[in-house]
Amino acid sequence: MSPTQFEIKSYPDMWESLGMNVERFEKMRCVLGDVYQTTFLAQEDRPQRMDYFNWIISEIHGGRIREILDAKKEGRPVVGTFCVYVPEELVLAANGICIGLCGGSQGPVPDAEKTLPRNICPMVKSAYGFKVAKVCPYFQSVDFVYGETTCDAKKKTWELLNREVPTYVMEIPQMKRERDKTLWLEEVQDFKAQMENVTGKTITTEAVTGAIKTMNNKRKALQRLNRLQHHNPSPISGKDVLLIEQIAFYDDPVRFAEKVNLLCDELDERVKKGISVAPSTAPRVLISGTPMAMPNWKAHNLVEKAGGVVVNDESCIGTRYFKDLMDENMTDLDSQLRALTDRYMKIDCSCFTPNDDRVDQVLKEYSDSGAQGILHYSLQFCHTYNIEAIKIKEACEKEGIPFLAIESDYSPEDIGQMQTRIEAFLEQIKGLRK
Amino acid sequence: MVVGIDLGSRTIKVAAVEGGRLVALQIAESGYDPHRQSLEMIKEYHPARIIATGYGRHLAKRHFADEVITEIKAHALGARHFFPECRTIVDVGGQDTKVIALDESGRVLNFQMNDKCAAGTGRFLEIMASSLGYGLSEFGAEALNGKGDVRISNMCTVFAESEVISLKNHGTLPADIARAVHLSVIERLIAMLARVGYGDTIVFTGGVAKNPAAVNLLQERLDIRILVPEPPDIVGALGAALHGEANSASGITSAGG
Ligand code: SF4
Ligand code: SF4
Repeated sequence: MSPTQFEIKSYPDMWESLGMNVERFEKMRCVLGDVYQTTFLAQEDRPQRMDYFNWIISEIHGGRIREILDAKKEGRPVVGTFCVYVPEELVLAANGICIGLCGGSQGPVPDAEKTLPRNICPMVKSAYGFKVAKVCPYFQSVDFVYGETTCDAKKKTWELLNREVPTYVMEIPQMKRERDKTLWLEEVQDFKAQMENVTGKTITTEAVTGAIKTMNNKRKALQRLNRLQHHNPSPISGKDVLLIEQIAFYDDPVRFAEKVNLLCDELDERVKKGISVAPSTAPRVLISGTPMAMPNWKAHNLVEKAGGVVVNDESCIGTRYFKDLMDENMTDLDSQLRALTDRYMKIDCSCFTPNDDRVDQVLKEYSDSGAQGILHYSLQFCHTYNIEAIKIKEACEKEGIPFLAIESDYSPEDIGQMQTRIEAFLEQIKGLRK
Repeated sequence: MVVGIDLGSRTIKVAAVEGGRLVALQIAESGYDPHRQSLEMIKEYHPARIIATGYGRHLAKRHFADEVITEIKAHALGARHFFPECRTIVDVGGQDTKVIALDESGRVLNFQMNDKCAAGTGRFLEIMASSLGYGLSEFGAEALNGKGDVRISNMCTVFAESEVISLKNHGTLPADIARAVHLSVIERLIAMLARVGYGDTIVFTGGVAKNPAAVNLLQERLDIRILVPEPPDIVGALGAALHGEANSASGITSAGG
């Protein structure tokens, strides 16, 4: 694709009909297009099949929204979520569409700060700001939001968000004991009931089986991409992988899995032919921590601009989303709901205590991916990840793994500082190799 | 000859090395046009290579430098030149504070840098000095006369400044306030040191290492030996130059770090 004509397509009439602030959104669209151009299209030796994902981005505020609106006309429910603990399978089983709504841009943060305290996580502020400023077509299209009680910033914001859009809350326990599991199962059952409520149809075992298969396929495709990303020299940039992982939260799951697999076919070829995006000597970094919502590409961009390559994302946008699959052969709804509860309980988010599984998981992914250092990325004021970083740091010290912790938000102010730290970290990795 | 240039937020430092020895150095204000200022400073040397470090390193790379390295690596190399055994470096400059841990062969093991605010940097001292009506070097000298345990509790520069003014209005002796201000910088530094870990000596570099009160207080608080290279603010530039010389000797060039 020629890097000169990239544009995110404009659909002012559709946006108008969604009640958006069109004038303001027009500007954001242009900015995003420019950033995409310099961050993604300017990369050298990009796999050709990234074209599909370029197209998705160009249609992110148009084509995909049209698909969603068409689905709504057919009576399919559209659910917005903010956390990978909310079981997507049940949305699909109700023939619905699940959209991950997390905010990753600084733009609407000031809108949120008119109401919300300033010293809370930028992801929450960004998401809330998108809604109140009416500058997210996805947010404008959802029938309701299904929030959860993971961190304080989120659960208290849901109370305010509920005034803007119907917001249901799933209680996620904070520990993983038997009694917590019982509670969780009930919450999963409630979620199913809520989906049935909005559609007026009961969810059948077959429908859940179908949904499990769809989600397994999508997750398997992402696992395959993740394994290819581990190859040294890298057949694909970490930035591109991150982009695909982010698109996973918006795109149609069946088409998405198909396109990711096609891309992986090309990457297999690249590996065979030795085509790569970085030399095998490039420092290999695993990024771990808080999820990075679109368009938060800051850390990946800095690592790769400085000559490193990101080889794994241990976050909810990365492996935490797709590492666990489900049994496709259950024959009754009850076992399916139990299995869903079990599967989702395996997610190792720092909102839980204790959460030592995550430390082991990070170390495992470190060795699986052939990384040479761990960059812990935490959003500002995300207390759970910021504090848990200490345990990861200690584990790294024990194993002799180079470790850097960064705390950042969406503003561009700290880019200079982050760049220095990241460059120094890559120097450190190279220095230790000698 | 290889030249290392450290483009800091307040000053530009140039070090020229030949055969691993520092043969010339210059330090000047960055001014309004750091690019022109840098060229002015290096023109007499006709170096074979120029290695840039510091805040303005990428600017230098765009215009005249052959290679860049970060301040972290530059300080590691520079400090080992003065003190070959050194394992811990503390650098306090105009707007940056860093602590670097090295292994026994001088490789960077770990580092910490201050976050975006000015607290704990040279800039903090400067602002407090001027709100008490001192010049910067006077301020350090005055702090040496200070006593007691007056404390500045605010980390934020703006709040700390009003705290200083209110102490003054309450009749606290200027020397005691000066000491308290220095102490607040040093205590922040010690917290960073504790995170990184340190051995029994620390090399203290950067403009603030010229300030006797800062050095004394760090020594007093930690009760370990503090080594200060002379001049302490040339260490980054020197490290950059040494890196350039080592790499051209072995024929390696690694753009971007
Ligand atoms: S980090 Fe935790 S709270 Fe955030 S999306 Fe992941 S699981 Fe949910
Ligand atoms: S990043 Fe942390 S603070 Fe922000 S929403 Fe997720 S868990 Fe909450």
